[in-house]
Amino acid sequence: MPADFNWAIGGEAGDGIDSTGKIFAQALSRAGRHVFTSKDFASRIRGGYTAYKVRTAVDPVQSVVDRLDVLIALTPRTIEENLDELHEGSVIIYDGERTTMEDVEIPEGMIGLEVPLKRLAEEAGGAIMRNVVALGAACEVAEFPIENLDSALEKRFGSKGQQLVDNNKEAARKGQDYVGDEYDHDFDYDLETTDEDYVLLNGDEAIGMGAIAAGCKFYAGYPITPATDVMEYLTGRIQNFGGHVVQAEDELSAINLALGAARAGARSMTATSGPGIDLMTETFGLVATSETPLVICDVMRSGPSTGMPTKQEQGDLDMLLYGGHGEIPRFVLAPTTISECFWKTVEAFNLAEKYQTPVYLTADLSLAVTEQTFSPEEFDMDEVEIDRGKVVDDDTISEWQNEKGQFQPHALTDDGVSPRAFPGTGEGAHMSTGLEHDELGRRTEDTEMRIEQVDKRNRKVETARNEEDWSPREFGDPDSDNLVISWGSNEGAMVEAIDLLEEDGVDVRFLSIPYMFPRFDLNEAFENADEVVVVECNATGQFADVVEHDTLTRVKRVNKYNGVRFKADELAEDIKQTLEA
Amino acid sequence: MSSEIRFTDFKSDKQPTWCPGCGDFGTMNGMMKALANTGNDPDNTFVVAGIGCSGKIGTYMHSYALHGVHGRALPVGAGVKLANPDLEVMVAGGDGDGYSIGAGHFVHAVRRNVDMTYVVMDNRIYGLTKGQASPTSREDFETSTTPDGPQQPPVNPMALALASGATFIAQSFSTDAQRHAEIVQKAIEHDGFGFVNVFSPCVTFNDVDTYDYFRDSLVDLAEEGHDPTDYDAAKDAILDADKEFQGVVWQNEESVPYGEKHGVTENMSDVDEGAPEGAMDLVREFY
Ligand SMILES: Cc1ncc(C[n+]2csc(CCOP(=O)(O)OP(=O)(O)O)c2C)c(N)n1
Ligand code: SF4
Ligand SMILES: [Mg+2]
Repeated sequence: MPADFNWAIGGEAGDGIDSTGKIFAQALSRAGRHVFTSKDFASRIRGGYTAYKVRTAVDPVQSVVDRLDVLIALTPRTIEENLDELHEGSVIIYDGERTTMEDVEIPEGMIGLEVPLKRLAEEAGGAIMRNVVALGAACEVAEFPIENLDSALEKRFGSKGQQLVDNNKEAARKGQDYVGDEYDHDFDYDLETTDEDYVLLNGDEAIGMGAIAAGCKFYAGYPITPATDVMEYLTGRIQNFGGHVVQAEDELSAINLALGAARAGARSMTATSGPGIDLMTETFGLVATSETPLVICDVMRSGPSTGMPTKQEQGDLDMLLYGGHGEIPRFVLAPTTISECFWKTVEAFNLAEKYQTPVYLTADLSLAVTEQTFSPEEFDMDEVEIDRGKVVDDDTISEWQNEKGQFQPHALTDDGVSPRAFPGTGEGAHMSTGLEHDELGRRTEDTEMRIEQVDKRNRKVETARNEEDWSPREFGDPDSDNLVISWGSNEGAMVEAIDLLEEDGVDVRFLSIPYMFPRFDLNEAFENADEVVVVECNATGQFADVVEHDTLTRVKRVNKYNGVRFKADELAEDIKQTLEA
Repeated sequence: MSSEIRFTDFKSDKQPTWCPGCGDFGTMNGMMKALANTGNDPDNTFVVAGIGCSGKIGTYMHSYALHGVHGRALPVGAGVKLANPDLEVMVAGGDGDGYSIGAGHFVHAVRRNVDMTYVVMDNRIYGLTKGQASPTSREDFETSTTPDGPQQPPVNPMALALASGATFIAQSFSTDAQRHAEIVQKAIEHDGFGFVNVFSPCVTFNDVDTYDYFRDSLVDLAEEGHDPTDYDAAKDAILDADKEFQGVVWQNEESVPYGEKHGVTENMSDVDEGAPEGAMDLVREFY
């Protein structure tokens, strides 16, 4: 029996798949088991199909695998879609009384459990609870104590009254009892529980929580998958911390609202996906030349244009590194795990304010919509440090005034960073502009001042390059001749792939890169490697190009761009073949 | 402090490069007077300027200011005001900036009703780019890019504002210094989004919407006994295509600004030294 258990529920959009899946994931988490969920997989047939997968184990899990042990199939197609992942002995729970499921064929070697989901739900109080009946059935199959499911149902429905909670618990028990009574079968699963306390959250939520932790008080955004969750998370929470969320009329407005708030001294952010970054690029250069601290989050989805809006891709890197006319200094951070989404958000605010430079924070869809369990200590708020940079007040402002008593918001300094006076500071009135300007912030076309201001803005990035820590995260065998590099959400699959490769006798050193710009110097790592493989979810190898540029060395590439994230077992195979090629 | 503030305190030491006689001079002077009369000073005032000849105003005035991207001044102003409600926020830009590239933001800024003032320096032309038709240009106004005139009706900005649920709509004429300053002052004093369309003639590129034209055609609503709280009267005045007027045409006295409605009243520039108190509760929510 494998240590991990893989479960899924699938059906059509509107079948309540996501919320049912989330309840099961929550139940496992509350039982002290680690959980990793996924929704970002492509349909092999056509649109309309949706599923929610849960991988769980007592030890941490951080990737999906190509295996499914128990499947709740609400439609015949759910079975077809998952044929590759189902295996001998896999259990398929379905409602044989549902007209579409009557003639369903259970593939050879698999165990079909016919459970009258709708009928049992009606007996418990309403057909709407049929998915919960299925969850109860799954508990029985997996020998998972149903009290944990009760706990998750309480969390989900508690605010809607005890009656609803009780009905749902009853529905779950009907499913459990039905399987227990009708099927005399040992399914060979035994989902142990532990006393550990875990929290279960996705990357968007981690970014939102990181923003509040960092003192962000202003958020403006325009809804777009898969970034909307950031906005929805902040709405309803940020005001408890003195902040506010504005739903803008479009992304042009969103970034300008956020910019205005930042000019007024707030820690401010906006989040969007690729199509929104296209619009925000208009204002990005202004943010940089007016030296305004701003965090702009890009939750990447598959492009170009409207692409595949709910599918995985890491296709925006070039745009984030180079987008916008003229030469625009910036920072680009790309967290590699869900907990890192939290910490990199905090860091993004500090970098933005310390260097008065815009920060792109990019998570890919897989990080954003995937839920994962963590120990709550991984989000220890006492560890959060705030650095607001060179802010002057009524008492210190005189140090930065010229002989006429005028404040100089773009003063030329050794480190490139100028003083910042929040509006309202006495004697601090000044302007800033997207036009090239002098130290006072006034338009100039003076050739020398132009050079000095360009150099000053770029110098901030150089200062940051020297003063901040841009190290990658390192895994695997540090002495291996095989170097694997990736960015973003691929880390989880790659970390698990390392173990699988080891079983196959292949050792690798793995560097997971969270900083896209400025970047860690990879030259030394390259000198110690015979083979270098760069792994990413795009077709052209945008990061591989950058790495080749930095090291003047050709690399091998593993690219995936069908809209689905890497799976650990698949990635291990890809790496092996690429190294052998 | 406010009693010592004079309108010249809002003037920067940068000499305007507007063409001699440009309407923007008078528009700016009136804005400075209105700011001083309402007890503001440069250190608590934030001016957001659009792009255009008009947008240069951010440089010529002395206050906290941002001169941003063409057409996007309004959202910047709303962001400033919501992040620090203690500031007096004034957005100024041209007719192209506000009614063409920024028209979408205009509609939504009006709806949002953030407590700030929006002054459009309407010269019915693109001045900075040297004389192309603007959205308020006349249908037969010949320019380098519209040799036969735009052949489209000009946009009626006040009607657009009214239809978007405006709470304050006014119009003024830059050269009628006293009335213009008075009207802008009323817009500042209004609790909500105070919108003033200011006829600010371009003496270089517009030879039809001239000082003489406005002097001859303009009527003053105040002299006509117009009641700005009468919605129907406001609607009639605004939709009367043959009427050029100055004055406050519409004011909703029940206006509740966005910040008040949403409880956004604190200066957001204050940030704790670590994570805010109670942040650990956010983590516990995910149990
Ligand atoms: C995105 C973009 N497109 C075009 C321009 C060029 N441009 C600058 S000002 C302007 C129009 C100005 O007209 P208006 O807003 O009426 O201001 P005025 O100069 O008349 O005061 C244009 C088209 C620009 N700066 N940015
Ligand atoms: S071109 Fe027209 S709008 Fe521009 S400064 Fe000259 S007169 Fe004023
Ligand atoms: Mg104009």
